[in-house]
Amino acid sequence: MTAVIADPEPEAPRKPLRTKVVESNNQLFRASPLNYLVLVVTFFLSVFPLYWMLVMASRTNDEIVQIPPVLTPGGNLGKNFTSLFDNPDVMFAQALLNSFIVAGSITVVVVIFSSLAGFAFAKLRFRGSGVLLGLVVLTMMVPIQLGTVPLYMMMDWLGIQGTLLTVILPYLASGFGVFLMRQYASQAVPDELIEAARVDGASTIRIFWSVVLPALRPAAAILGLFTFMTYWNDFLWPYVALSPENPTVQVALSRLSSGYYTDQSLVMAGTLMATLPLLVVVVLFGRQLISGIMDGAVKS
Amino acid sequence: MSDITAPVTPARARSPWRSRLSRWDQKGSPYAFVSPFFILFGIFGAFPLLYTFWVSLHAWPLLGEHTFTGLDNYQKLLQDPQFWNAAKNTLGLFVVSTVPQYVLALWLAVTLNRKIRARTLFRVGVVIPNITSVAAVTLIFGMIFAKGFGLANWIIGWFGLDAVDWTAHTWSSWLAISVMVDWRWTGYNALIFLAAMQAISAELYEASAIDGASRTRQFWSITMPLLRPTILFTTITSIIGGVQLFAEPLLFAPGAGAIQGGSLRQFQTLTMYLIENGFTRFEFGYAGAVAWMIFVLVLIISLINILLVRRISGAD
Repeated sequence: MTAVIADPEPEAPRKPLRTKVVESNNQLFRASPLNYLVLVVTFFLSVFPLYWMLVMASRTNDEIVQIPPVLTPGGNLGKNFTSLFDNPDVMFAQALLNSFIVAGSITVVVVIFSSLAGFAFAKLRFRGSGVLLGLVVLTMMVPIQLGTVPLYMMMDWLGIQGTLLTVILPYLASGFGVFLMRQYASQAVPDELIEAARVDGASTIRIFWSVVLPALRPAAAILGLFTFMTYWNDFLWPYVALSPENPTVQVALSRLSSGYYTDQSLVMAGTLMATLPLLVVVVLFGRQLISGIMDGAVKS
Repeated sequence: MSDITAPVTPARARSPWRSRLSRWDQKGSPYAFVSPFFILFGIFGAFPLLYTFWVSLHAWPLLGEHTFTGLDNYQKLLQDPQFWNAAKNTLGLFVVSTVPQYVLALWLAVTLNRKIRARTLFRVGVVIPNITSVAAVTLIFGMIFAKGFGLANWIIGWFGLDAVDWTAHTWSSWLAISVMVDWRWTGYNALIFLAAMQAISAELYEASAIDGASRTRQFWSITMPLLRPTILFTTITSIIGGVQLFAEPLLFAPGAGAIQGGSLRQFQTLTMYLIENGFTRFEFGYAGAVAWMIFVLVLIISLINILLVRRISGAD
């Protein structure tokens, strides 16, 4: 969730998110064989550790500790998955479900609230909007771990310590999300459309729901994608806040590897399981993911 | 039915009740729309940050009395060798990982900015590490850097070097952790630099080519200066990420005492020290002081970074 906002000035004109980044100046330089070599090596280095994870996850523990290392997948994947899910102390199925609940509910709420606030900042006039938008940008600079101690106490006061709510609540306000939706809304939603709806007697919330939200769909998809990935992968706060009986998948992974279960093939099977949903996302939405990262950075 | 009621609607909209409602709606709605964000941020973002400071002014154990002690925690912290050790490790790991990462990312961005075949494939390739969770990355690389059977020791064995116990020394643990960080983030930064490079107009390159500028010259005189704001902002996000470095060193040597970052604390970071004080020793006041020192550190290195980037890329 750290896509870069290169220019926080509210009035700076921006490219709409959907616009394909213009491939202008790369026409100048044709790639040389050396460039392809660099790219192929990079591709190999990017993918190899994940491939090796698959190799380890499909082997027995004895095969893993051989020298020279095994470099091809074995036939043990199914068995490792079975013992991973069957182990009552690991609760891996529960952890997967928890991660879906946490990342899913954060995503839904963040997309809705960010769209609402983004629309208000982009299209509605109200006193203090400039100052408030500045505050939104500032909130992006606060690292969460600074608040871990009081957050921990607060969850105790609220009587929800150790539950999934503990790791959902602190992430529902996304300054990044509000800013992203505002940038998109200011270009994607024509003022005339809003005016027309007003003349027809639609209330603001009605306008949001029937006119604005459909237009925001592409940006909402990208925000949703990034939010889900971020909180599926989140580690520090769930590690501190969640009880051992109720982990997310990343916390379960850390417990899987720390001492009690030194079966490395099992650890790698768990790691593969935790990575698989996001690999599917990349295969399905790779293009959108890239344009999301790149558009987040473009300063026009 | 709708044909009959249709002409009536405009008249109804003009009724006083309806128009007053609409005025309230137009005035109040914007505030209602932005308030969920501010309420939630206030409760779960701003309040904890400020309350951390209040807690840090106390001796605040998990159970028992909270006694106001003023700045005692900070004074103790400044004389705490373990705190300085964690600060050194955090800064060291940040520099060791960020410098090669940015050089590689720039190089990769320049390469991706060429006219290449299978463009999307290569771009997806560089972003794949970034979708992998830190926990997964650390566990995979923990295997690669395993002492007995790891790939890293096997490969350096080809060159006649002895196997390294990667977690045992400062240099080797820093190197291994930097590799994990860089593997995850280099491609992501490359894409951001690429986006910024594509926003540079082609005419600048054409004009300078006519003037006889070499590619290297073009890179330093056109690309780098125009990339300055992007580099500045990516570095600031890297700093915020860098001081949060936690999962990689924590899971690198798992087991009891993992929070100490190695037998000699050789890779304990500030965030690990914060968590150690807060959630292993349950000294909330002291942990709060660590948190605020981290915040101050972020501000200081961000400022240094702004100055440095201005100078390096030749600000006018």
